[in-house]
Amino acid sequence: MTTLPEQTTRSLGLVIDLDTCVGCHACVISCKGWNTENYGAPLSDQDPYGADPSGTFLNRVHSYEVQPDDAPAQLVHFPKSCLHCQDAPCVTVCPTGASYKRTEDGIVLVNETDCIGCGLCAWACPYGARELDLAEGVMKKCTLCVDRIYNETLPEEDRTPACVRTCPAGARHFGDLSDPDSDVSRLVADRGGMDLMPEQGTKPVNKYLPPRPRDSWQGEVDVLAPFLEPVAEEPRGFLAWIDKTLEKL
Amino acid sequence: MHPAPSIIAFTTFSGLGLGLLFWLGVDPDAPTGWIAFAFFLIGYVLAIGGLMASTLHLGRPERALKAFTQWRSSWLSREAWTACAALVVMGIYAALLVFFGLQVHVLGWLGAILCLATVFTTSMIYTQLKTVPRWHHWSTPVLFQLYALGGGALLSGRVTTGLVLIGLAALAQGGWWLAGDRRLAASGTTIESATGLGQIGRVRAFEPPHTGSNYLLREMVFVVGRKHAHKLRLIALGLMVVLPAFLLLLPFGHWLAVLAVLAHVAGVLTARWLFFAEAEHVVGLYYGKR
Repeated sequence: MTTLPEQTTRSLGLVIDLDTCVGCHACVISCKGWNTENYGAPLSDQDPYGADPSGTFLNRVHSYEVQPDDAPAQLVHFPKSCLHCQDAPCVTVCPTGASYKRTEDGIVLVNETDCIGCGLCAWACPYGARELDLAEGVMKKCTLCVDRIYNETLPEEDRTPACVRTCPAGARHFGDLSDPDSDVSRLVADRGGMDLMPEQGTKPVNKYLPPRPRDSWQGEVDVLAPFLEPVAEEPRGFLAWIDKTLEKL
Repeated sequence: MHPAPSIIAFTTFSGLGLGLLFWLGVDPDAPTGWIAFAFFLIGYVLAIGGLMASTLHLGRPERALKAFTQWRSSWLSREAWTACAALVVMGIYAALLVFFGLQVHVLGWLGAILCLATVFTTSMIYTQLKTVPRWHHWSTPVLFQLYALGGGALLSGRVTTGLVLIGLAALAQGGWWLAGDRRLAASGTTIESATGLGQIGRVRAFEPPHTGSNYLLREMVFVVGRKHAHKLRLIALGLMVVLPAFLLLLPFGHWLAVLAVLAHVAGVLTARWLFFAEAEHVVGLYYGKR
């Protein structure tokens, strides 16, 4: 059924630290690596070695420049994947029942044998979390590595999503966001975790931790600074004449 | 949004065909025999042709029947049901008219209501999407109904009614365009709310996540057509209402009526192309595009 569950027992999801992410794209690669050979259809590429390569990815890293009014610009790397929304619009639009949100852990999944590839769920998602695989003709999305997190054949430390396991900066955290005492929930509370596009009313489970405030000079000037002032403000003599003449031309 | 030819053909032709079937259904003195056959054939070719075209954009068309299962929650599924119901009821009504010269008014009215319900469910597929602010408004279903009723009236040979209705459709379309131009800004979704970084300062997309294109950009970030949007709007209105009105107000002739209908269809196709090409999906904001 493509109606949403009233309530989920747990809300598994990710907390992504925008202060820590270094934009290395390792999560993108590990995600593609794991998911192309495990749950569901492979993540295909079209023209991978040609002039116009493109392919299916479940996780992508954008980079943004943020310009404060009174400080230098900041560069923020911004990983984006399915946010496993509580009020997931992608689920209710599905005409076949292929899309669903699990009652036990809140993960939003696609049953690929029921998907007709109409693409309406991708239209309904404000985050661009769903991509139609061109080889398979079905919708692909982040599964929160549902085939890792409960997989008892893996060593315990590997039972987290591939992106979290691989992140060299520790910018990605996985846990139950419905439990206020979980590590991820405490992190969200401490760092002011936020929703993306809250006005869309999707109630995302995944949270983003904003970059911490940057250091500033706070008016302190080094004692040697006056000696570094420019020496010649205006050209004089012959150079001034050349400057004026060139201006006139 | 990407203006896929299959979707443009689907919404335009199924709307026209269902509009024609509506007028045949409510006609107090419907045609019978071969004349009825010709009218219903046109209606069914347009409606079914449009609906078939919609399956062309599916990744897995062979599983299309599964789309009937989720009518409780999905407008696309409801559309599948109303379309089938409309075509079956109108089919029985048509068969009685064509083969027995018998008009069952109740069936006609029921079929007509189902035809409009189908157009409504089609329009709701787009209207429900909060992610496309230009579509997410009650005026979108009104516009689709006016197009279907006006085009259907023209096709069924109702000149005066048809002209009044396509005039209304043109007015509604003009208003919809002007109001739609402001709807993304009014939705409150910006690159700042998309990234949550607005607290720090102004946000600019610095580097996209990939060097090539991808499904999201191809499907939902279509910016090519905007350049000539205003000219195309005028062309659409000219073809859709001005030229048909001119042709139909001339001394009446069948070939002029055919030309008028063709001009109207070309105008609706242009307007429908703009419906998709101009629609901004909020995911474009992540790419610094709209």
